[in-house]
Amino acid sequence: MARVRIQEADFDVGAELAALQGERTDVGAVASFVGCVRGHTREDDISALALEHYPGMTERAIEAMIAEAQARFGLQGALVIHRVGRLLPGERIVLVAVAAPHRRAAFQGCEFLMDYLKTHAPFWKKESTPHGERWVDARVADDEALRRWGLTSDNAGPPA
Amino acid sequence: MKLTLKYFASLRETLGAGGALEWTPEAEPTAAALRAWLRTQSPAHAQALAPGRAVRVAVDQSLADESATLRDGAEVAFFPPVTGG
Repeated sequence: MARVRIQEADFDVGAELAALQGERTDVGAVASFVGCVRGHTREDDISALALEHYPGMTERAIEAMIAEAQARFGLQGALVIHRVGRLLPGERIVLVAVAAPHRRAAFQGCEFLMDYLKTHAPFWKKESTPHGERWVDARVADDEALRRWGLTSDNAGPPA
Repeated sequence: MKLTLKYFASLRETLGAGGALEWTPEAEPTAAALRAWLRTQSPAHAQALAPGRAVRVAVDQSLADESATLRDGAEVAFFPPVTGG
């Protein structure tokens, strides 16, 4: 199976983590992050999310992030599944999972991939609220999270 | 020069998905020059791609600086800041 998957369907976290480890006996740690749809923001109730992406670029961008994460943290394997289309509160959006010989590399590799994805993978979220639909704004805090890894990020930052 | 133009998210809603484009640049064919030329195409373009609006650009499916030089046949995409994850 491809290590980057963009799909409308849900995923089975347990099965994916087991597959990532596989039959290997040199893996000491598997870390994962699951992102879910929240039913409300600070301002509004959210009845649904619509997720759009840039087919082709999305896969290329995430592949490059995984290659960077593997080089930095010595990961033995990585998997990113990101859902697109219409999602309801409580549903899973994204799975990032990594395998490494030790826990620190696994934790860090997983967080690095998630921070990178938030600011550089071409996905866009639109929220359905009681007041209508609204595109989600990018957050400066997400750029700051990536800068902590020594990478520049101005996704939400100064307009081009 | 021939380009493939793409818009996503709020820009796609206002300007359509894009498509094949024939563009005759008057100077260095950069992404910024293309964005400036696109602004002249309609009031909707002028507003959506206005200077100061947060618009990101990708050239051949990689995030790029607006100073990037475009080659003939390039795929150029404009979109708002990304919000995945």
